[in-house]
Amino acid sequence: MLAYVIRRVGQSILVLLVVGLVAFSMFTFVGDPIDNMLGQERTRADIERLRTQLGLDQPFPVQYWKFLQNAVQGDFGISYRQGRPVAEIISERLPATLELATVSAIFAITLGVGLGVLTAIRRDGLLSNVIMTVSLIGVSLPTFLIGILLIYLFSVELDMLPSFGRGEVVDLGWWTTGLLTESGLKALILPAITLGLYQMTLIMRLVRSEMLEVLRQDYIRFARARGLRERAVNFRHALKNTLVPVITVTGLQLGSIIAFAIITETVFQWPGVGLLFINAIQFVDIPVMAAYLMLISVVFVGINLIVDLLYFAIDPRLRIDTGKAH
Amino acid sequence: MADLPAQQRGAAPRRPTRLNMAWESDVAYKFRRSPVALVSFLVMMILVLGAVFAPWIAPHDPFDPGTLNLMNGFTAPMEPNAFTGDTFWLGTDDQGRDVFSTILFGLRISLFVGFAAVCFAMVLGVTLGLLAGWFGGWTETLIMRVADVQLTFPAILVAMLIFGIAKGITPIEYRDQMAIWVLIFAIGLSDWVQFARVVRGATLVEKNKEYVAAARLIGRSGPAIMVRHILPNVLSPVLVIATISLALAIIAEATLSFLGVGAPPTQPSLGTLIRIGQGFLFSGEWWILFFPALTLLALALSVNLLGDWLRDALNPRLK
Repeated sequence: MLAYVIRRVGQSILVLLVVGLVAFSMFTFVGDPIDNMLGQERTRADIERLRTQLGLDQPFPVQYWKFLQNAVQGDFGISYRQGRPVAEIISERLPATLELATVSAIFAITLGVGLGVLTAIRRDGLLSNVIMTVSLIGVSLPTFLIGILLIYLFSVELDMLPSFGRGEVVDLGWWTTGLLTESGLKALILPAITLGLYQMTLIMRLVRSEMLEVLRQDYIRFARARGLRERAVNFRHALKNTLVPVITVTGLQLGSIIAFAIITETVFQWPGVGLLFINAIQFVDIPVMAAYLMLISVVFVGINLIVDLLYFAIDPRLRIDTGKAH
Repeated sequence: MADLPAQQRGAAPRRPTRLNMAWESDVAYKFRRSPVALVSFLVMMILVLGAVFAPWIAPHDPFDPGTLNLMNGFTAPMEPNAFTGDTFWLGTDDQGRDVFSTILFGLRISLFVGFAAVCFAMVLGVTLGLLAGWFGGWTETLIMRVADVQLTFPAILVAMLIFGIAKGITPIEYRDQMAIWVLIFAIGLSDWVQFARVVRGATLVEKNKEYVAAARLIGRSGPAIMVRHILPNVLSPVLVIATISLALAIIAEATLSFLGVGAPPTQPSLGTLIRIGQGFLFSGEWWILFFPALTLLALALSVNLLGDWLRDALNPRLK
């Protein structure tokens, strides 16, 4: 167990170091930072001085080590476009993305598990068939089209919900929240559905197929024979045993929610880090791109690690084989 | 074909023709019997032909400013324009460009980027997969580790990042011209992992089979065995992944272009058209958005269904 944990953590750190190398190479090879920082009127002496000052005259590994040191401390330099520290810009934008992602994840998990159980129990019901068909279309539609469709329905035609922005936000010191105002909550609905829909259908389909598998088992028949109520059989006996794969997939999907927030945030002009990243790409703002890359890697690698370890903790069968998780 | 054994060459004329064999094969039989496959294939072919022959089919050239009439702007579908009296099947956009024509040309770019990106990903993935499976050792470790790391992140994110970096490297004056190629490169590079994994797995199985040992015995070189003996035997899962990847690549391209980090407005793909159309959603010109979106949907759905069908029909041991 301990050996496995240590190896997994080691792997994760290695991945982060590689991603860090990519991010660092972006600074080095994409555009010249000296060019970006000095204006047209520069002398050779200026260039040399700045080069020494920034440590660019030092060997590559030394520079990389410095970059990592700064990155760990949250220092990614200054945005080429906005001229402000990247860390400051990101920490301003982060609450918006995290709130959106959390609400979408809750939406996806509750509705996904609920509908999955429903469609598994009433397998041949009309409602189940409708839900399954709709979910198939939902998976095929690109995220941005779903967003546009929702905007068209609820903002243009029905004029019920706002189509862009975060509404009114309340400032809680280092965190801004839209969850405390009516307009903030209203603004959250459409983006959250757009972002969570794909994950919801995925979870629903997974829960359904796992449930169908489990419901065929002998112990379910035995539970019924003991005269237990349907609800107890379905939830306490069946659902519980489907949870291992569901937790794995759901966990891994949490990372995707944050990544796909880029698309949703652009459709709804949601002021989060995803929109920041897209704008950074459009204007080739390397420090912001690098910082976002590092941030999202930490999230992804962290989630992967937690899911692997959780899997290990939940399913005792895996403990015998200390081999690879994948 | 010159180095094939003599018996095999002699046997060729007695066999039925290739076309005949293809028609009689299991896959073709299953295809003829599946309505889903037939309809999706039909839809895809209509779209592909429309895209290929766009310059001849399109009633207007949307990129020739000389044929545009600003007075035709915002003409609704099938309704004569109030000023000029011209009628357009699917209406016009703000600059008076015929929506039907821009869709045909957009489809061309979407399909081209999709096909090219999948080809690039396929060549890269199959090569690396073959190398990893054949050589093993550190080659395999290196390639598969890189694949694992890349697989940790969603493909679309990887594509965005590669697009951003490549855009940064390209000099500003070439950026718009190069955007399509950068896009192909980015989407292709984000998508090779699936190919490499499947080919490596299949190669590991195939390389221990007797025909490979036989080929070695008659003195064929490593690369020749890889390309001429193993590759043909691992191709059917590759074909399935390629079809599914095509749907993903088309959606990825549309997404990137929609987000404004893909095809430039001078060479609009379906995604770019949807991005442009979204601006007119609130002013009531729904057709500028609706028809490109519908085309994209039909394209993605038909390729997707075809890929699913192909996977079931060939039934390779895929996840």
